[in-house]
Amino acid sequence: MGDLSESLALALGPVIGLDAKLMDIVTLSLRVSLSAVLLSALLALPLGALLAVGNFAGRRTLTVVVNGFMGLPAVVVGLLVYLLLSRAGPLGPLGLLFTPMAMVIAQAILVAPLLAALTRQTVADAWREYQEQLHSLGATTRQAISTLLWDTRYSLFTVMLAGFGRAIAEVGAVMIVGGNIDGVTRVMTTSIALETSKGDLPLALSLGLILVVLVLTINALAYVTGVWARRRFG
Amino acid sequence: MHTIFPLTLSGVAFAPNQVPVLADIDLRIDAGAHTVILGANGSGKSALMRLMHGLLKPTAGRILWNGSESRPRAQCLVFQRPVMLRRSALANVAYGLQVAGVPSARRNAQARAALERVGLTHLADRPARVLSGGEQQRVALARAWALEPHILFLDEPTASLDPAAARSVEQVIVDIHRAGASIVMTTHNLGQARRLADEIIFLHAGRITERTPAGDFFRRPQSSEARSFLQGELP
Amino acid sequence: MKTLQRSMLSAIACLVLAASPARAADNFITVASTTSTEQSGLFGYLLPLFEKPSGIQVRVVALGTGQALDLARRGDADVVFVHDPVAEGKFMAEGYGVKRQEVMYNDFVLIGPKDDPAKVAGGNDISVALKTIAASKSPFVSRGDKSGTHSAELRLWKASGIDLGAVKGPWYRDTGSGMGPALNTAASMNAYILSDRGTWLNFRNRQNLGIAVAGDKRLFNQYGVILVNPVKYPHVKQAAGQQFIDWLLSDVGQKTIASYQIGGEQLFFPNAKR
Repeated sequence: MGDLSESLALALGPVIGLDAKLMDIVTLSLRVSLSAVLLSALLALPLGALLAVGNFAGRRTLTVVVNGFMGLPAVVVGLLVYLLLSRAGPLGPLGLLFTPMAMVIAQAILVAPLLAALTRQTVADAWREYQEQLHSLGATTRQAISTLLWDTRYSLFTVMLAGFGRAIAEVGAVMIVGGNIDGVTRVMTTSIALETSKGDLPLALSLGLILVVLVLTINALAYVTGVWARRRFG
Repeated sequence: MHTIFPLTLSGVAFAPNQVPVLADIDLRIDAGAHTVILGANGSGKSALMRLMHGLLKPTAGRILWNGSESRPRAQCLVFQRPVMLRRSALANVAYGLQVAGVPSARRNAQARAALERVGLTHLADRPARVLSGGEQQRVALARAWALEPHILFLDEPTASLDPAAARSVEQVIVDIHRAGASIVMTTHNLGQARRLADEIIFLHAGRITERTPAGDFFRRPQSSEARSFLQGELP
Repeated sequence: MKTLQRSMLSAIACLVLAASPARAADNFITVASTTSTEQSGLFGYLLPLFEKPSGIQVRVVALGTGQALDLARRGDADVVFVHDPVAEGKFMAEGYGVKRQEVMYNDFVLIGPKDDPAKVAGGNDISVALKTIAASKSPFVSRGDKSGTHSAELRLWKASGIDLGAVKGPWYRDTGSGMGPALNTAASMNAYILSDRGTWLNFRNRQNLGIAVAGDKRLFNQYGVILVNPVKYPHVKQAAGQQFIDWLLSDVGQKTIASYQIGGEQLFFPNAKR
């Protein structure tokens, strides 16, 4: 318990004093995870909508696969992306390993199944309501997907917040493809891992507290958005 | 001017999963019709509407528009419960035009005109889903009307509405008919059928038992099933 | 819909590519080193003194020695800086390095619980200590991760005449982790553990642990630095990497290494050959 109160004091100090290094770490975490979610959403959201609306061979199998990959361990994703980006691997010449871009790629892959599966669920619910009407108006599958994605945009915003939460909280993938390099690829989670392994538990705890506050804020934002949207649009 | 009429159903049957819903349907709808389909619950009215509109495919028989099997665009179906997108009333009407490929420059103007025709100009920018049932149904009608359909199908359009809202929706249907579209609708409301129909098609257990001009039908229905129906239901 | 996608793409571009703190260092080298070296705090002290005058950013990826060498074998590092002469020799023999040079040494220490169940504290003979620990089956934590420390530990068991395979039991805890986490585990389990002095001095979670045995010549720990072979991997930053190595071996570099202290105690002893 002594560690906990020491951490609270420690956490506030650097934050209030805007410790430069700490700010860099927090900023990098936010940038990496935000980019990862946006990048992932570009493909995952239409995929989820397609799974909800489409009618093609293998749709059920693909849905099961996507759902299954939601539970993909972060370290496994990290390992796979590492093998891709390593100099000895196919994308080696790009020189992306141990850079923030590699972390973005790894996290984007990590959260893609989550985004797709939640989108599929959201869109499927709306599709149940809209299907006959959209068919009646002569909408093609493509048009239907566009319409549904736009119409469920507030729910999808919540979906993306869920993805962001998963991304910013993971350590396995960014540790392997980022290398936890001081000043370059060190983010909140890898810092916590490092400080813990150095036995500096108070510092690790304070970083952890900041991370938890961040995640709670995101979830509160998601909730408020949902309530507001429902009230406004019905 | 290209016409989509007559709409002919020959020997149409509908039996999804081997459950018979409709059988031996032979029907012809011409331009200018105002036809009301009556029948008890489960007689197959909704299925018939959806088959004609093209949402369902018949298990047997053919559905032809002016001799062609291709489904024309100039026909709409309005459902009992209107489906509104999470956008303004105006945007909902414009959406139908968007799907039909009307360029955005003209969409809003046409949508606004349609809303004016149904008397909802003052609600154009309101989120459609917070409107009352009657207002939403009129938006749905505006959406259909904006597409300038030659024929409008309506499946129990006022069943979920209170009498005042139902009357305002009826008025819109009359206006659309006057503007030149054929109307084919189902209803449980006999008073409504009396007010609006030129002719009645009566469905019983998936078969058409009679097709009579409206006035004659209510005075002296030809089939015994129709007679029981009219006696069982009070207007 | 298309405009939304386009704005998302530009948002990503802005977030990731622009205003990166490491912008200045398109001039950087990747050094694969060990967790013990990083966790001793040496790099935090040493590297800025090289980076400022040279303008070359040194990016350290800290893993176990075995992992660091494997990383270099895949061409993912420009320089390796590790402490396992046998493994480094193998690396050189396989042709992955240009030249192996000695930089500095420190020593290993045997850490143990203050209540000392095996009664080895205060001794200065590591073989005796290990034999006693094995015989008494006192809890012992091993890193088990192909690191320099782990290799040294295994060599010491062998040198003490102990066949680990034969005597291993629940008392020998193989954790497969870095130095810090292994120390954390030993602290919680009240176990003995072999550690490098640097990590131990910088370690904050000691709980009931203290130094049991130190000073034996066999606990000597040599660090070496190797430039990854550009013949094998043409993309290796040969010039910048060599500049870093030259600096480490220079008078300035060696003096800087010697000046690093924790609690008034010197951690590393430079011994580059001239």
